[in-house]
Amino acid sequence: MSSLQSTTEEVLRLAAEHFKVPREQLAPDDDFFKKLGINSLQALDLLTRIEHHFKIELPDYELQGVSDFRTLAERIQLRL
Amino acid sequence: MKTFQGKTLSWRIADGVIELTLDHAPCNEIGLAMLADLEQFVAALGTLKDEAHALIIFSARSEGFCAGGDLRELFRLSQEVTGAERLSGLRNFIERIHRVMNALDEAPFTTIAAVNGLTFGGGFELALTCDLIVADKMARFCFPELRLGLIPGFGGIPRLKRDLGNAVVRDLILTGRSINAAKAQSAGIVSQVAAEGDSLRVARETAAQLKKFDQNTALAAKRFIKQIPHEELRREIDIFCELFMRPAVEKGLRKFVESKDALPYLP
Repeated sequence: MSSLQSTTEEVLRLAAEHFKVPREQLAPDDDFFKKLGINSLQALDLLTRIEHHFKIELPDYELQGVSDFRTLAERIQLRL
Repeated sequence: MKTFQGKTLSWRIADGVIELTLDHAPCNEIGLAMLADLEQFVAALGTLKDEAHALIIFSARSEGFCAGGDLRELFRLSQEVTGAERLSGLRNFIERIHRVMNALDEAPFTTIAAVNGLTFGGGFELALTCDLIVADKMARFCFPELRLGLIPGFGGIPRLKRDLGNAVVRDLILTGRSINAAKAQSAGIVSQVAAEGDSLRVARETAAQLKKFDQNTALAAKRFIKQIPHEELRREIDIFCELFMRPAVEKGLRKFVESKDALPYLP
């Protein structure tokens, strides 16, 4: 099983790649809505990529109130 | 008529395939303008059947196939009238939508929805009228209506029940969660998952395959396999209209309309 640290790193890499932001500009505690400048629709797109990448199902209601990469990685971790 | 250009959509016929393109910013919301264009399209089905063996419905919008009913327009129109007038206006709109959806459902050729991105609410319901759904791997399906105090009103529940087991139907409706294309395929909603940006090509390949068969046989098979659940659709209209008149819906719609986010009802 992946560690939380490696899952967080994977999420940061996916987000940087998809939203074309240099990876080094993103940190685990960043608010991804603010840092990436995305809305809920784009966040949903990221969720789909995360589900494909980790081969998991992550209901969007489990992400209610989640806005930083570390907490997002924690929720993913629970599904791995 | 070989081609048509409306305000929100267009269609053309090539090699026996009708391609109906939805193109109404931001994400093909179904309001009065799209309804009027769809009504023109279904009125032409009788003549189109002589020239076509298949129909593909797809979106020109990168945001998705269709985000559902135009809630902003619905809220604005509902605020202009009260009481009985609001209810009759709503019922008239919903009855018109159902006539269009039923006509698409029983179209006299094989129909394919090639979906991408958001396929939510009324957009999901539009896709469910089709015989086959080909989904881009980034497509997402959702019935968010309960978040607004409503149930799907464009035929969604009866058509889902026609195609799926009740566990999936209840999950989608009662949790309001969105699912990706792979999950939708495993549930039996989607027949093929295409690579990103490739659903239209896959739908065209599928339509080319359909041309090999006798159209009357294909139509007989379709009518045998896929019947319209008329009684449940009527009941859905009644429940939707009854729920819509409750104050909770007005509150939910107001919150949606006043939000600046793209999908205010999502996390």
